[in-house]
Amino acid sequence: MQEDLKDFPLLARRGFTRRRTLQSLGAIAGASLLGGPTRGFGQAKPIRIGFQVHRTGIGATYGRWFERTTAAAVKQINAKGGIGGRPIEIVAEDDGTDPKRGPEVVEKLARQHKVDFVYGTLFSHVVIASAPRAGELKIPYFVVSEGYHVASGKMNRYCFQPGITDVRAQVTAVGSWILGKLGKKVTMIFPDYAFGYDHRDYFSQAAEKHGGRVLEKLAIPPAERSFTKYFARVPADTEVLYHVMVGPGVLTFVKEMGEHFGKKRPQIFGFIDSLEGVDMASPGLEYLDGTYFWEAFPRYTQGNEPGYVKEYRKLVGVNDAGASLADPKDVSTFSHMFGCWETLHVIKQAVEKSGYKDPAPADYKKLIEALEAMKEFPAGLAHPQGAKRFDGRLHQCYGHQNISRVEGKKLKVVHRTKIEDGLYPPEGDYTKQPL
Amino acid sequence: MSTSRKVLALHLGVLAALFLLQFVLPAYHHTNAARIMVLAAYAAGYNVLLGYTGLMSLGHAMFFAAGMYGAGLPVYYLGLGAPAAFGIGIAAGTALALVFGLMALRTSGPSFLIVSMMFGQALYLATLYFNDVTLGDQGFIVSDKLAPLALGDAALGFHEPAVKYNLALLLFAASLAATLALRLSAIGRVLVGIRGNEERTRLLGYDSFRYKLGSLAVSGALSAAAGAGYALLFSYVGSTFASILFSIYPLLWALLGGIGTILGPLVGTALMFYLVDTVSGVTSSYLLFVGAALVALILWFPQGILGTLRNRWLPWLP
Amino acid sequence: MSFGPHLFLALLEGTVSAFVLALIALGLSLVFGVMRIVNVAHGEFYMLGAVLAWVCADAVGTPVAGFMIALVAAPLAVGALALAADRWVLRRIDYHPESTIVATIGLLYMIQQAVLMLYGPDARPVTPPVYFVVQFPWFGYSGYKLVVAGVSALLLVATWLLVTRTRLGLYMRAAQQDLEMAQAFGVPARRVYALVFTLGAMLAAAAGVLIVPIEQAHYLMGLDPLLLSFIVVIIGGLGSLRGTLVAAFAVGLSDGIVSVFFSPTLAKIVATLLVAAVLVVRPGGLFGEERA
Repeated sequence: MQEDLKDFPLLARRGFTRRRTLQSLGAIAGASLLGGPTRGFGQAKPIRIGFQVHRTGIGATYGRWFERTTAAAVKQINAKGGIGGRPIEIVAEDDGTDPKRGPEVVEKLARQHKVDFVYGTLFSHVVIASAPRAGELKIPYFVVSEGYHVASGKMNRYCFQPGITDVRAQVTAVGSWILGKLGKKVTMIFPDYAFGYDHRDYFSQAAEKHGGRVLEKLAIPPAERSFTKYFARVPADTEVLYHVMVGPGVLTFVKEMGEHFGKKRPQIFGFIDSLEGVDMASPGLEYLDGTYFWEAFPRYTQGNEPGYVKEYRKLVGVNDAGASLADPKDVSTFSHMFGCWETLHVIKQAVEKSGYKDPAPADYKKLIEALEAMKEFPAGLAHPQGAKRFDGRLHQCYGHQNISRVEGKKLKVVHRTKIEDGLYPPEGDYTKQPL
Repeated sequence: MSTSRKVLALHLGVLAALFLLQFVLPAYHHTNAARIMVLAAYAAGYNVLLGYTGLMSLGHAMFFAAGMYGAGLPVYYLGLGAPAAFGIGIAAGTALALVFGLMALRTSGPSFLIVSMMFGQALYLATLYFNDVTLGDQGFIVSDKLAPLALGDAALGFHEPAVKYNLALLLFAASLAATLALRLSAIGRVLVGIRGNEERTRLLGYDSFRYKLGSLAVSGALSAAAGAGYALLFSYVGSTFASILFSIYPLLWALLGGIGTILGPLVGTALMFYLVDTVSGVTSSYLLFVGAALVALILWFPQGILGTLRNRWLPWLP
Repeated sequence: MSFGPHLFLALLEGTVSAFVLALIALGLSLVFGVMRIVNVAHGEFYMLGAVLAWVCADAVGTPVAGFMIALVAAPLAVGALALAADRWVLRRIDYHPESTIVATIGLLYMIQQAVLMLYGPDARPVTPPVYFVVQFPWFGYSGYKLVVAGVSALLLVATWLLVTRTRLGLYMRAAQQDLEMAQAFGVPARRVYALVFTLGAMLAAAAGVLIVPIEQAHYLMGLDPLLLSFIVVIIGGLGSLRGTLVAAFAVGLSDGIVSVFFSPTLAKIVATLLVAAVLVVRPGGLFGEERA
C-alpha cells in the first residue's frame, strides 16, 4: 500500500539543515551550563547539581529529552526564587551510556567540578556501575532510572530515586489489570538484560498471584535487529502477548509482528518504553491499533488534565501529541523525562527542609535524613505525573501507572492504577547503613 | 652511563615519579591516575604480544575479562579475600591464553587477528548468555563484599584513595618489571627475532611455536592481572569490559605510546584517557576527535610517541 | 507453530539474511583479498548507505522515487568518501596492515560520530518502495524481504561479472595473486587499490540501502554486520569470492535456522567458535589458498 505524499510531511530542506546544524553546534558547545541566567540572585551561592547525562550511546534519545526537561525545571525553579534563595546551576557531563565511563563522570563531577549532588542517570547498567563510586565519594546520587536497583536495597545510602516509580512497582500494578481484563495465558517478549529480567520476574510473580500463567519467556538480545524468528516461538494458545522492547529495533519489531500474526492475533500489551521518542503515526505502526500500552505519563492530552499538567507540558515544550513544540516530528520520551522535573523539585524540597548549606558530611547527613523522613509528594506543578508515596527506607517513590489503548494513531488512557496496586514487600533498608 | 644502567635508571625513575605523584595530585586526578596505571598494565600485557612478538590480536578483552570475572565472581559469591581472588583471576587468564594459543597459533597475520576477535566475541557473548551467574551487562559490584586487606596490624580498605593508588602502582610496577625483564632476556631477544622474521628464527633452531605460546601466556597473564585489579579496585564487573571495544583500547594505547617500547603503554593510556576527558569537557562528540587523532597519529607518528623518540634521539630505549 | 512451518520460516529468514550478508561480506572480501588490509570501518559504510537512504527518502517524499534515487546516490556518495579515505589516509600509510587497522578504527569513530551529530541518535524508518505481505497458511511474511533477496542476487551477479569479465577485474585478480608481478606487467596498482576500496564501500552502502526499509537507519547499526562479515570472509577464505558467497550462505542459513530454534546468543557463540575451528584446521579458510 503506497503511502500518500501527505503522510510524509516534507520538512523544509533548509529547516532540517538549520535545526541539525544548530544542534550540532550545541553539541560542540559541550559541558554546558543549563538553566538560564543565575543573575538576579545577588550574592547567593548557586546550588550546583552535576548532571550525568547520556548524550551519546544507546541512551542518547532519552538523554536529549532529559536535558531539555532539566533545563526547563531549572528555569522554572530559578524563576520562583531558586532553592532557598539560591539559584540552581547544572553542570552536565556525557557518560556515553557506558558503564565504564559512568563512575569516571561521577568522579569528575564530584571532585573536579565540586558539585553538591549528582543526578540524572537512566540506564540500569550505568547506574549500577556508577552508584558505588558515589557512595565512596559520599555524594548524594539521584537516579532517574525506573530500574529496580535503588529500591532493591543493593545500592548504597547515598542513592535515591524519588522522581520516578521503579519497574517492579510498574509491572506489579499493571499485572493485575492485564490478567483480569485481557487474559490469563501470557507470552512475554523482553530484552535479554537487567531491565528485561525485572519484567520477566515480577510479571511472573503477578501472574502466579492472579491465577495466570506465563506460557513462554522470549529473551531478545539487545542488539537484535530482526524479530520474525521470535514470533514463531509464541505458542498458539497465547491470550496476551506482553512486550517491552528497547532499542532501535522497535519499528521493525512492530512491523514484523504485524506481518507474522496478521488478523489472528492475541491481545497485545506493551510498554511505552518501546516507543519513547517514536511517533505513533509512523508508517509501520498501524498494526498497534487496538493494542494496549503502559504509560507513566500519558503522551497525548486526554482533555481532562489538571491545569498544572498543561502548565508542565508548556514549560517543557511539548504539544498535545507529546512532541516538541518547535518540531512536531521530534517526539519526546514523555513517560520518563518527568522523572528529571520531579527529582529536581524533590531536591529543592529536601534542601529547604534540611537546612543543607555546603557539600560537607554534616550537611549531607541532614539532607539524607530529611529525604528519608519524607512520605508523600502531592500532585501539582512540582509533581505533574501525579501524587507519589515515598518510602524512606528504600529511597524509592511510588506513583500511579496508566494503561492506554492505541486508537486512531493516538493513545487513550483506559485505566489509572492506584498507588497500592504497585506496592511490594521491601527487600532492604538503607536507613540501617552508616553514612 | 652504560645502556643497562640508563635503562634501569629511567624505569626506576618513572616508578619513583609515579609514587611521588600521589602526594601532589589534586583529588580528581588521583583516582584517574590509579585507573590509568591499571589500564596501562593491560596495555603492557597487550604490547608483549604485539610489540615484542609481532602478533596483533583483536580479542584481548577476553583475557582482561577472564581476570575480572576470575577475581570478581569468587568475591561476589563466596566472599573470598582479595589476594586469593587476584590469584584466581591471573590463573584464569593464563589458562585461557594457553588454550587459545594451542588452537590459534597455527594461524598468523590477518587470520590470527580474526580468530582472536572471534574468541573474544565468543567470551563476550558467553558472559551475556550465562547471565544467571555473571549478571550479564548489568554487572555486579564487589566493594561491599570485599574485606579490607590485612597488612600486619593495619586493615587497608579498598575504597581509601591511598590504598587504591598504591595497589594500582604496585600492579603497574610489576607489569613494568615483567615486561622489561622479558625484553632484556634471551627469551625476549628470540621473540624480537620472531617478530622480525619468523622463518629465519626457526631456521636458527628455535621452536617458534613454543616461544609464541609462552609470549601469549605472559600477555594473557598480565592482561588478566589488570582485569582482576580493576575489579578489586574499582568494584564493577560487567560484560562491557569483555566487548570488542575493550579489545581495541589496548591496541590504541600501545600504538599511541609506541608498540615495542616498555614505557609506551603507560604514555599511550594516560594520553588517551586525558584526551577523552578533556575533549568530552568541550564537546559531547568526543569520539570524533579521538578518531581524528588516531588517524593523524597513524599518518604522522606511526611509531607512536616513544617509538618516534627512540628513532630520532634515544636508540637505547627498550 | 509446528516444526515444518517453523523450519520453513527459518529458511526464509536465513536466505534473506544470507543474500544481504553476501553483499556486505563481498566488499570486505575484495578489499581483504586484493589489498591485504582489514577495513574496520566497513560496517560504517553500510550504515552510511542506510542513513543516506533515509535522507533521500525524506527529501524526496515519495517512497518509490526516494528509494530508487537512494539506491544510486548513496553508494556513489559512500564510494566518494572511500576514495578520499584511500587517497588521503591509506595510501599515505602505504597500506601497512597494522597502521591500516588503526587508521580505519579512527575512521570508524569519525564517521559514526559525524552521523550522530548530524542525523541524531534515533532510529528512523524508511518506507519500502514496494510493500506486500505474502500470506502462507501458517504465517505472513514480508514481500519486501523477498525483493531484497532478489536485488542482492542481481548485485552479486553484477559484481561477479565485473571481476571475471572486465579488465578491472583482471587487474584485481592479478594484484591479488602477485602484486609485484602484476605491476611488472603494467597493472596500475595504486589505481586498482583505490577502485577496489571504493567498490567494497559501494557494495556495503548498497546493502545498507536495501536493508533500511526492513530495519531502520541507526548510527550504531554498523558493528554487527561488520562482525558477521568477518566470520563469512574468514570461513570462506581470504580473498576467495566463491568462498565468500558459499560462506555467506552457510552462515546466513545456519544462523537463521539455529537462532529460530535456539537462543540467538547461543547461535552466535557457536558460530564464532566454529569460525575459529575452521581456521585452526584450515588456516587459509575453506577455499582460500594456504598462506602463512
